[in-house]
Amino acid sequence: MLLDRNGSFRPDPWRHLADDEVPASGEAVTITFKRWQAEPEHWVDRTGPLGLRLPNDVPPASFGPAATRFALIVLNFPRFIDGRAYTQARLLRGRFGFKGELRAGGNVLRDQLLFMVRCGFDSFEVDAERARAEDWPQAFREFDQFYQPAADHRETILRQRLRGWQAAAE
Amino acid sequence: MYRYDEFDRKFLEERVAQYRDQVRRRLAGQLSEDEFRSLRLMNGLYLQLHAYMLRISIPYGTLSSAQLRGLAHVARRWDKGYGHFTTRQNIQYHWIRLEDTPDILAHLATVQLHGIQTSGNSFRNITTDPFAGVAADEIEDPRPYGEIVRQWSALHPEFSFLPRKFKIVLNAASDDRAAVKIHDLGLNLRRNEKGELGFEVLVGGGLGRTPILAQTVRDFVPRREVLAYITACLRVYNQYGRRDNLFKSRVKILVQSLGIEKYRQEVEAEYAAMGAERDELDLPDDVVAAMQAQFAPPSYPDTNGDAELNQALAAEPDFARWVKYNVKPHKAVGHAIVVISLKQPGRITGDCSASQMELLAELADRLSFGEIRITHDQNMVLPHVRKAALYDLWLRLGAADLATPNIGLASDIICCPGMDYCSLATARSIPISHALATNLAKREEEIGPLQIKISGCINACGHHHVGHIGILGLEKNGAESYQITIGGSDNAQAALGGIVGPAVPAHEVAATVDRLIDTYLRFRRPGEQFPDTYRRVGLAPFKEALYVAR
Repeated sequence: MLLDRNGSFRPDPWRHLADDEVPASGEAVTITFKRWQAEPEHWVDRTGPLGLRLPNDVPPASFGPAATRFALIVLNFPRFIDGRAYTQARLLRGRFGFKGELRAGGNVLRDQLLFMVRCGFDSFEVDAERARAEDWPQAFREFDQFYQPAADHRETILRQRLRGWQAAAE
Repeated sequence: MYRYDEFDRKFLEERVAQYRDQVRRRLAGQLSEDEFRSLRLMNGLYLQLHAYMLRISIPYGTLSSAQLRGLAHVARRWDKGYGHFTTRQNIQYHWIRLEDTPDILAHLATVQLHGIQTSGNSFRNITTDPFAGVAADEIEDPRPYGEIVRQWSALHPEFSFLPRKFKIVLNAASDDRAAVKIHDLGLNLRRNEKGELGFEVLVGGGLGRTPILAQTVRDFVPRREVLAYITACLRVYNQYGRRDNLFKSRVKILVQSLGIEKYRQEVEAEYAAMGAERDELDLPDDVVAAMQAQFAPPSYPDTNGDAELNQALAAEPDFARWVKYNVKPHKAVGHAIVVISLKQPGRITGDCSASQMELLAELADRLSFGEIRITHDQNMVLPHVRKAALYDLWLRLGAADLATPNIGLASDIICCPGMDYCSLATARSIPISHALATNLAKREEEIGPLQIKISGCINACGHHHVGHIGILGLEKNGAESYQITIGGSDNAQAALGGIVGPAVPAHEVAATVDRLIDTYLRFRRPGEQFPDTYRRVGLAPFKEALYVAR
């Protein structure tokens, strides 16, 4: 099941192909990075939505320019304490102009969701039963202001203060 | 001192509420211990030998009297009546119950303190010179930048799950009282040839089982760009730092394996590519000025005080001795910096009782504009005391066992909690510290400045690698033994000590240290400290002294 950053649950419309599986025509599928690397030209011309499953040890600098070819990129958290995909997400969004759906897969837990949203993730592969029992959608609302600029482009506390000071000075 | 505004207050309230819910989910069995572990660590809560340990952040080592009273209240109500000040300028409570931690953090939030990121693989407490703002040798007070970096690093969305912990230090003085080179990232405030302010950025220092001193990544990063530049430093680390081995995950190992040149190239390439993100992280002058206003010096009374001080010095030799070692020059006329030793022989290094904290809060209100500092060598500081008030202050401190005149001397030992408290330790460190302090106190004035640092395991919380004499507690075949290094230093001439010989059993440590000190005194030239003599004569005479004794 997927959890969206707006807090709603939905089934996953994508099929995640094993490397020996062939997609039906027009079907929404994701492929592994290995498969994409092996024959990118084969996949570029395909009709139907294409997604990519990107391992977290692929530096965006080496892959990023190709990002816009995909409708979905799934980044992986092999363990929740492995934070490489946060940087991948920031760079795919901020530097390489990826506008499609950015999804977090793997060991996704409630208390990381807000960090992920701020880094640019849209959707999360979750265990729906657990996510409902622990009210995961509430995790997106635990803070409503932040100290750092991030992919969500919310005004930082520093900039809000600065506006306040400038207003006071006028 | 920095006071929270509505944004900071709301943020911290939200954090406490989030943590309270995390504890509730853990106690209800919704979170596994493995999942909860990283959440509690991000709030400074460790599981130790006897109980939970809670570590509270003291940003850049500065406390208000109200904050110190808040810490005393926690010690009294939820711990055994005392706290332990650490080499990170933090405080730890060692006898905490998990169920109480949300209430403790809620109480501390009312005095604008927290445990955010005092553990876990993210930014740790920002540290700096304990004499910041009052030292005569600084360019500017570094603490406004410390607060800016603290806020930027609090619950950072991209860097909360780094390969390993990440310690940032700031220094603005010509001397280094903040041990810059043993940190993951150091910021040295400086001026360029045009007189503009900026930072030298150093990366890759750290102790532990692989001690390495930080190296310069860039000589000068303009002040406005500093948050963007350190973002680039962190981003390279987050992508390329090792995660397969806990002991090879610090940024120092990445810098060592890439080499500083290659690491620098990666950082500069990332920085060059940041584009619009650099504008978002821009630090405009008016933001810095507004932050500096929060740290404006108090309005010092027009006073001299030399006459009163000289009279007391002449009349009371014990007071004169305390002034000689514990009182430091202040940049305002008629004032002094007072260092309060938490190293009275026989007590546990860094421990402070609730009543001592309350007394210090009261004395700070009366005599130091309500301000207190914590030093990385585990002492406390009243930063703005009128010279004319020093004698009264000394009397009050003495009555509370807080006037030990040993700052910078042999019995002013840095010591981790060791196996008496810590589940990582391989040997006890507190009894060794006691034995050394007792043994050396008699002749410490003759010895002069000497830094002894003791760690109870290779994680090196006691900074033994950079002690003039460093002692590392190990376990060999079920017995505690102690490896001794000499010649280390954590000041502007930072150096790692050299191993002087095979490890010795606990009962031989004091005699071994005695022989090392005898050798130093024999070879010392006027004006030299231990590391100077060591650098000049080398390891051989020290080894020989130990060999002959055997």
